[in-house]
Amino acid sequence: MMQGNYALQAKDLNIYYGSFRAVKDIELNIHTNKITSFIGPSGCGKSTLLRAFNRMNDLIEISHMKGSIEYKGKNLYDSDVDPVEVRRRIGMVFQKPNPFPKSIYDNIAWGAKINGFRGNMDELVEESLRSAALWDEVKDKLDQSGLSLSGGQQQRLCIARTIAVKPEIILMDEPCSALDPIATLKIEELMRQLQEEYTIVIVTHNMQQAARASDYTAFLNMDSSDRAGYMVEFNETNEMFTSPQNQETEDYITGRFG
Amino acid sequence: MADQLNYPEGEALSDQIARRHTRGKIWRSSFLVALIIAILVLVSLVYNVVNQAFGLVAVENAIDPAVLVSQTGADPATVSLDELTKDDYVEMLQANISTGLGRRLERDQRFYEDRLVFDNQAAWDAACAAAEPAAGCLLPARDTDNVYQLVIERVVEQRVIETWFLRDSLLRGDEIRAEFLAENPNAEIEFRSWLTADFLTRPQSSRPELAGVRTAIFGSLWVVLVTLLFSFPVGVGAAIYLEEYASKQNIVNRIIQTNINNLAGVPSIIYGMLGLAIFVRVLGAVSSGYLFDYASIENRQNSLINSMESNFGITIIIEDGDVTSAIEGPNAAFDLSVTEAQLLVDEFTTLSWRNFDIDEVDASVIVARGLRIPVSVETDDNGTERLVPKDDSVMTAANFSLLSREMANAAKAIDNGRTVISAGLTLGLLILPIIIINAQEAVRAVPLSMRQASMGLGATQWQTIWNHVLPQALPGILTGTILAMSRAIGETAPLVVVGASTFIAFDPNGPFSKFTVMPIQIYQWTSRPQAEFRNIAAAAIIVLLILLLSLNATAVLLRNRYANK
Ligand SMILES: Nc1ncnc2c1ncn2[C@@H]1O[C@H](COP(=O)(O)OP(=O)(O)OP(=O)(O)O)[C@@H](O)[C@H]1O
Ligand SMILES: [Mg+2]
Repeated sequence: MMQGNYALQAKDLNIYYGSFRAVKDIELNIHTNKITSFIGPSGCGKSTLLRAFNRMNDLIEISHMKGSIEYKGKNLYDSDVDPVEVRRRIGMVFQKPNPFPKSIYDNIAWGAKINGFRGNMDELVEESLRSAALWDEVKDKLDQSGLSLSGGQQQRLCIARTIAVKPEIILMDEPCSALDPIATLKIEELMRQLQEEYTIVIVTHNMQQAARASDYTAFLNMDSSDRAGYMVEFNETNEMFTSPQNQETEDYITGRFG
Repeated sequence: MADQLNYPEGEALSDQIARRHTRGKIWRSSFLVALIIAILVLVSLVYNVVNQAFGLVAVENAIDPAVLVSQTGADPATVSLDELTKDDYVEMLQANISTGLGRRLERDQRFYEDRLVFDNQAAWDAACAAAEPAAGCLLPARDTDNVYQLVIERVVEQRVIETWFLRDSLLRGDEIRAEFLAENPNAEIEFRSWLTADFLTRPQSSRPELAGVRTAIFGSLWVVLVTLLFSFPVGVGAAIYLEEYASKQNIVNRIIQTNINNLAGVPSIIYGMLGLAIFVRVLGAVSSGYLFDYASIENRQNSLINSMESNFGITIIIEDGDVTSAIEGPNAAFDLSVTEAQLLVDEFTTLSWRNFDIDEVDASVIVARGLRIPVSVETDDNGTERLVPKDDSVMTAANFSLLSREMANAAKAIDNGRTVISAGLTLGLLILPIIIINAQEAVRAVPLSMRQASMGLGATQWQTIWNHVLPQALPGILTGTILAMSRAIGETAPLVVVGASTFIAFDPNGPFSKFTVMPIQIYQWTSRPQAEFRNIAAAAIIVLLILLLSLNATAVLLRNRYANK
């Protein structure tokens, strides 16, 4: 693994909610143009860790962090870094589809507009919807509300919206948990296509999804004494699922956990 | 197995379920009872109001129309009063009203194009040659209908002598008629709705038959407008700051929040005291409009001084902008001629929106800081009221000089902030906590996922608030505003303290006008001794309710438009 090919590097990362430490001592490298998945039991801090990568935890007043996350050699949490720019470069798709209560067109155009997009908006909308494999389904009803779509379509709309602002990294927090298997497969396929241009980090509870759709996997677990999440093992997905280094990992992926 | 035995089975189970249902049914019926009580209270309120706003009245005429008809030589059995000619009506006026009144009516609008009825030609020409000619010089002559109305008003002089409630009128109308007419053979009984189109469009009057709510409606609308213009942006702004920017951890913010919650429960009279202290007293120069109207007030003062000098021979001396003394003219103790008194009273009424209280007790005197001029209220053909000094307006020279000094000072109007803007801002303070709390709730109800979606795309916090939080919170914010506005329209106590006038014969025409509002008007009418005032108070309550409902309906429509987007 070449140094410098990392999109993100977390160093000695600890994240707190008030005095409660939710995630501790994370050392993690996210590879450029690869898909990295986070797996682990509920409450171990996967979402918390993911949100740290684009400073989404800033929205939670009681949360604060120690350590650093490096992006292009710069700590995202340095005082001269503007979180707005961080989120423009590192986009996020959430567990529950959350389109704006606007038209499908505006759902995509809005993000571009506020970020000062100067090109052809119609082209951008079409291109983003195509990349999110949604164009054919919605091309005749772009002026309908984004909320009128099905759950799976809404989630792809949210992905299209994220792609439209041309981030470099896309964070996805259980993007398929509200979707049926077919929609899930569609999104996995989509991730594979997006991978060429984007670095993707995904949180999932679905072991097959992690095995199928990701290049690297990080397994997080919760420390039974202080309930803080820590990283048990990080490896290439094939390795992790065929020959896990750690007993805890093996128990978890084979379903013997707990 | 042992666990299952701890639950009732069979007979016991159905008993237990039945008991639970019974308990539910008892609650359900007690809620129904509560609802019925609420409806009964509402119905009895509406019944009470409607009962007084409509009903039979007994009217009596100063002169029987039949007598008037027969005086013209026509047969009252076949001809009614409204079928006569204009000449007949003018003759009736000549026979029955004073020359002074007739002349004034003629100056307002003449009876014939080609001749004068009450005035003599020389005086008329003089009046028309004056710098400000009488209105009648410019208008065409009165038509038949106009003169007929004058006859009804001035000659027939219909008066209400007794009124009955709607219930009695409907249930025992015939009985009432028979009984009352036996005792008062001259009276006539008719059914009357006190709520008429005229009632809406006429200004306040000391005579209940002529009184209307126009000034009060305008007053209420102006006050509510100022209230909303102040409290909506300030309240919503404060709510956004508290919800979106202020740290909930910060002790100062928590104290502020607690205070806002408590302010919503402070009695309204306290806000009245606050408004009086701040807006009326401290900011009087602003709230009276003096600061914005400085030049025209100086001019007004000068023209008043000139008019005093040329008309009454009184010299007013001003030093440093204050009237120091008024030197009496040549007449040491003079009787005010009617013309002079009229002049004075006209000066008064143009100033009165700022500084004078016209005493409401049958409006028979103008009271200016202890000084009284006897006047009466007269209504001209357009329904506008004018104060007219009584023929016996006698004033001592000392009083008169005092009065002119008062008037010159009044023209400056520095110290009277008892205006629409003070009232509006006071009510604005009163409803501010309500608007803040409701807006906060609405803003809080916007899901975190919306903010995350927006911020996740690289939006700034303000872009998120403006584009997503506010639009989604708007219906809730407007609901709170509607509640607050309803409260503001119905408020009475703080406005009494801030100084709503009880008698305003002129429409408020801006934020610096004196004003009265509907609830104060209603209160004032209900406290009058004459029974008819209670009837028009009931009619005014209906108007207030309709006003309230229509303002609310507008706001609800507005809200639904936003909610649908
Ligand atoms: N906003 C918050 N305020 C306080 N504590 C929080 C907050 N969000 C998460 N936590 C705590 O942090 C810990 C980790 O939560 P997190 O949501 O990151 O878990 P997760 O691994 O994503 O779980 P799941 O798989 O169920 O989504 C949990 O103990 C949770 O209670
Ligand atoms: Mg999670």
